[in-house]
Amino acid sequence: MESEGDAVGENTRGFNQGRYDSVAKLEAYEELKSEARAIKEDAIERLPELLDELEETVEENGGTVYFADDAEDANRYIREVVAGKDAERLVKSKSMTSEEIEVNEALEADGVEVVETDLGEWVLQVADEAPSHIVAPAIHKSRAEIAALFNEVFDPEDELETAEELTKFARDRLGELIEGADVGMTGANFITADSGTIALVTSEGNARKSAVVPDTHIAVSGVEKVIPRVEDLSPFVELIGRSGTGQDITSYISLLTPPGASPVPNFEDGDSALAGDHEGIGAGANPDREFHLVLIDNGRLAMRQDAELKETLYCIRCSACSNSCANFQSVGGHVFGGETYSGGIATGWEAGIEGLDVAGGFNDLCTSCSRCVNACPVKIDIPWINTVVRDRINRQADGNADWLVEGLVPDEEPGGMDVQKRLFGNFETFAGLGCALAPVSNWMADLSVSRRLMERVFGVDRRRELPSFQRTTLKKWYDERGPKVSAPRRQVVLYPDLYTNTMQVDRGKAAVRALEAMGIQVVIPDVRSTGRAPLSQGMIATAREHAEDVYSGLALHLDSDRDVVVIEPSDLAMFKSEYEKLLPERSFRRLAEHSYDVMEYLLELAEEDGGPGFEALCSPDDGRSGEVAYHPNCQQKTIRKAEFTVALLEELGYDVVTSDVECCGMAGSFGYKTEYYELSMDVGESLKGQFTAPETRERTVVDSGTSCHKQLESLLPRESRHAVELVAPESR
Amino acid sequence: MVSRQSKEESSRAFIANSIERDGMVTSVVGTFTSKLDEIDVAVSQIERGELAETIDRVVRTPAVGVPVDVDGGSLPDVVEVEPTVDDVRAARTGVTPATLGIAEYGSVVLEADPFGSEVASLFPELHVAVLRESDVVGEMREAFEWLGPRLREDRSSEIIATGPSATADMGGLVRGAHGPEAVHVILLADRVEETVERGSETEVADE
Ligand code: SF4
Repeated sequence: MESEGDAVGENTRGFNQGRYDSVAKLEAYEELKSEARAIKEDAIERLPELLDELEETVEENGGTVYFADDAEDANRYIREVVAGKDAERLVKSKSMTSEEIEVNEALEADGVEVVETDLGEWVLQVADEAPSHIVAPAIHKSRAEIAALFNEVFDPEDELETAEELTKFARDRLGELIEGADVGMTGANFITADSGTIALVTSEGNARKSAVVPDTHIAVSGVEKVIPRVEDLSPFVELIGRSGTGQDITSYISLLTPPGASPVPNFEDGDSALAGDHEGIGAGANPDREFHLVLIDNGRLAMRQDAELKETLYCIRCSACSNSCANFQSVGGHVFGGETYSGGIATGWEAGIEGLDVAGGFNDLCTSCSRCVNACPVKIDIPWINTVVRDRINRQADGNADWLVEGLVPDEEPGGMDVQKRLFGNFETFAGLGCALAPVSNWMADLSVSRRLMERVFGVDRRRELPSFQRTTLKKWYDERGPKVSAPRRQVVLYPDLYTNTMQVDRGKAAVRALEAMGIQVVIPDVRSTGRAPLSQGMIATAREHAEDVYSGLALHLDSDRDVVVIEPSDLAMFKSEYEKLLPERSFRRLAEHSYDVMEYLLELAEEDGGPGFEALCSPDDGRSGEVAYHPNCQQKTIRKAEFTVALLEELGYDVVTSDVECCGMAGSFGYKTEYYELSMDVGESLKGQFTAPETRERTVVDSGTSCHKQLESLLPRESRHAVELVAPESR
Repeated sequence: MVSRQSKEESSRAFIANSIERDGMVTSVVGTFTSKLDEIDVAVSQIERGELAETIDRVVRTPAVGVPVDVDGGSLPDVVEVEPTVDDVRAARTGVTPATLGIAEYGSVVLEADPFGSEVASLFPELHVAVLRESDVVGEMREAFEWLGPRLREDRSSEIIATGPSATADMGGLVRGAHGPEAVHVILLADRVEETVERGSETEVADE
């Protein structure tokens, strides 16, 4: 897999950190997100009505509205307008929608000179490349590369080197091109139906120039950008810069209500007055100005009718889902993107606009780590959109190449589905077999002949150490051992997640001992896996079947007032979020409300009056290494459970350093796949760096998720343990 | 100017004299000036009658501008208020009025008026924005409560400008991209101070 080098990683990580810093200062952050979401939900719900209102308003203002069915239709109209003005040059400010319809190519075919005036876009125009990021299009290019490009193409008198020199050079050159332009084109971040105002969020000032200098302004926008009222802009203005590049606000929020009152400066005649002969010096539009609003459907109205893809239309293209994505940070938007859009939400856009094939080209790069979910200013469930599209791709696959797994797997998926996905999606079945046959199954799996076969048939990378199954599962061990607590305070279900039950049995035993030390009688019921594995492969029907079985298996315990304690955070996240999509509302709420992270639960128990307190757990005083480097699981962070581990460890006297990478790179089965092994290891580099730094090198490594555990073991020479193993008393 | 009347009326309604943050009560103007300072925008707080001399002092010449409707509109001669296009090209400073200040962001709202404010504020390297203290609101939401009726009724175009233009596209943060590299806000004290003071005295008396 090709990646873009260091510039993308450095810049996206910078934006991402900027976002954390900037939103932390925003007191009403969560409220603003809810408000922004509500405005978008309402706007898309009432879209036809708002578009009618907008058309009326713009015409009242003296502009023209054109509704384009698709790219071709939009381009035909734009070419007509440009030809009607006898225009030779059109200057553009940055607009993803104009990229989507490829208007530059259409105009250039007519002999019109099209100039991108956003500095990043201009760099790409000079280099003849496509944007690799929806906000910072040339993010993959380093300063040195841009300097080399300019020096080669323009051969300036003095070689250009610094960012200042490059900027000045571009500004001067583009300034001249803007002065002589006949038509200006902008996009729109938002359009208000009540006033016909185009809101543009920019920093360079080129959009202002492109709109004010030529007498003709064409704004190109998707139909989804319309919102009801001017006042509705407020939350978006507060959120968009912070969410994207981490700026509290960008230099310019242009609220243009074209044609507008500005005079048209005549740069061809230097002696002409700036204010021109626009006598009316008073309210109203300048009659010398012309405005065309081109509103593009191109699949959007169909997306609006699509219950699952509809949410995509709420997207304000802030880029938070790109910047917060560890895979995107590594590969950039040329790899993690489709025809036009890139990053997490690109799957939704490309599926709706271009079709499943284009979306399928990069959809698997989303590992559902969920780090974008809390970052999205309009609260789009981006991983869910990716999962739905994956499911649709699975279902449209034909052929019958699954002779190997057919019959062996109990899933609900169609024949012809990708065998690799099917293997990982049915992990529960294989884990069951693996345990039953352990240790033979582990030896077998490790034979190089098996590894080669697995690699060839299923795409399981042979460089990965495979999970080794325990002959005695956690459940079996506990059934034989029984509870060891006298006069229990209450009973609690310890959910036997697939990984703890079949592979990391020790952390399960530790959880039992820790809970018993707190006076709890543990119950380990016979319930199946959550469905995380099939869900991650886009096998929604199979995952739903798991969810229903799990709920049925736990309902009796919930009825008996037993809380459910979960060790594996990716499974707790299923209960707390994904099950909302898989179970009836009431069942989801009930299970979610009574499910806890194991460390969270221990913390609560220890704080309870009348209980054994923190002394019952182990601290550094009990001979445990007190200095800890902790890597929380990505999904655990999203459901805001990671902090409990830190809190409990600190309460017990441990000194904790926490990693701040978004994801370890393993992300469930992702890192096992041959095609992603290298990316997975590349993503892991940041974490490795943080845990091998001089301050952390000697610390005990602590994890919480199974895939992080596997990844940490391959990244670091020292072993990693689940946090509960640190605090649980030794077996008696 | 376009609907100056309606703007004054509505902005009066927003003379919120103080905002509470972190339990501390600060004046809106105080918040505004300290925010400007934070984002490296120069600010001159002046009294009535000081506009011309202040502009004289802060402009980089040559300077162009558009009529400013505060403090008797007295711009010094150094500012060409009926500039030609060549004047704009040559100018190092553009002086324009600002219609609103937004304290928590250090933003000024600029109207794209028929005098050419949009060009005058955008092309020269230094933008000097003249604003009355009474036109400073505390929060973004208040700004939009003012902008809403204004855009709906007048269909005007406004720019919420915060600091100088900037870009990070050339491999490092650079101030002054297509727009100005520096911004100077002149803030004219025009609050009806008697009212404010009397108000607080009354409060004290009531206690
Ligand atoms: S999906 Fe959300 S986070 Fe991603 S670009 Fe759109 S608005 Fe931003």
